[in-house]
Amino acid sequence: MEDAVEIIVVDREGEEHTLEAPTDMNLSLMEVLRLYELPVKATCGGMAMCATCQVYIESEHELPEMGDAEQDMLDEAFFVDDDKSRLGCQIPIKPNLNGLRVTLAPAEEE
Amino acid sequence: MSKTFETDIVIIGAGPVGLFTVFEAGLIKLKCHLIDSLPIPGGQLAEIYPKKPIYDIPGFPEILAGDLVENLMEQIAPFKPAFTLGEKAEKLTKLDDGRWCVETNTGTKHIAPNVAVAGGLGVFTPRKPQIENINYYEDKGVDYMIKDPEKYRDQRVVISGGGDSALDWSIFLADVAKEVYLVHRRTGFRGALDSVEKVMKLAETGKIKLVTNAEVDELQGTEKLNKVGISIKGDDSKTFIDAEYFIPLFGLKPTLGPIGDWGLALEKDSIVVDTSDYSTNLEGVYAIGDINTYPGKLKLILCGFHEGTLMVQSAFKRIYPDKNLVLKYTTVNGVNGF
Repeated sequence: MEDAVEIIVVDREGEEHTLEAPTDMNLSLMEVLRLYELPVKATCGGMAMCATCQVYIESEHELPEMGDAEQDMLDEAFFVDDDKSRLGCQIPIKPNLNGLRVTLAPAEEE
Repeated sequence: MSKTFETDIVIIGAGPVGLFTVFEAGLIKLKCHLIDSLPIPGGQLAEIYPKKPIYDIPGFPEILAGDLVENLMEQIAPFKPAFTLGEKAEKLTKLDDGRWCVETNTGTKHIAPNVAVAGGLGVFTPRKPQIENINYYEDKGVDYMIKDPEKYRDQRVVISGGGDSALDWSIFLADVAKEVYLVHRRTGFRGALDSVEKVMKLAETGKIKLVTNAEVDELQGTEKLNKVGISIKGDDSKTFIDAEYFIPLFGLKPTLGPIGDWGLALEKDSIVVDTSDYSTNLEGVYAIGDINTYPGKLKLILCGFHEGTLMVQSAFKRIYPDKNLVLKYTTVNGVNGF
């Protein structure tokens, strides 16, 4: 598909999914995960306020720098890996992300 | 003695949709009583994003979430809604006379022919750190919120978290508790600058013992908590601190909570409704706003407003089966409060 990138997602069971993510729909990584019905709650809807879309970045792609809201949230989140953790909702799907590989962070227990 | 209230519609959830429903109910002379676990009305808008602008409220090119709540409170004031705030709706029981009774965690009862669940994402509950046996120590030394600071007088307390509430309570308890440890995952704190400075000052004088780059990951004690285990990053050994209390302060998160056990038909944690009146599988119980689901559902405030508006018509017919409702426009009749 034109205007799309491939993203590889490892879910919480260790299973690998290859997702085709359109770059022309102003989507975030979190929204793509939701489109494919991966188990991401996205409680806050994408405002960097819940960390349910936390992922570990496993490839060397250049990502936008973290904003204050994302840093604040990751400061309070659980299962954070300082080198790898990002919030999916803060990563816009852009052409340079082709081949991006991420792992879903564990879900918080109720 | 716990209180009992009677009304026409008990609304569970005082978020924007629950609030606006009071207005639409009021126009057809129905009274409402709202219950919310948060101490203030507004739901997510008040708790999660009061300072965020919303752009899709018809007629408002841009409005701050907090301001929308204020406006709604003003709009519904003529209909004198009653509120039970800071209590969690826990039990739903059908009474012999056909009405419903919603009881909160503190025993307050709300009786009405109709119940509208406008619970949004569910009830806001403290986020628990992922420590294996933490549930065991609840009420035995682990507190997720501070209700009565005096409880900690001359006790040894470990607080964890890096946000404003962790900072503010550390400062406060520095003068109350025997020892206050503040454990944070990072070195820096991202709370209000003023609070960070105060904590640093108190740390210098030893009134707060700061443990940064660290996480509490073990709790010990047979009857009650008496030791808190802390792992420091880059250090394989674990430190144990003698403490009577561990207070993790990591904010709130919404969960469906007790509503999930009321016998309502659910689909992925949302309540299934009939879109002609947003009724659920229990007669007289409706679900509106983010908590419901139906084909084509969009979780938008403006859709919730519509749902509440249709819902009160159905509630009216249940109370007055013989009366016909004629749609009256506010432009013609104005707003006649109670």
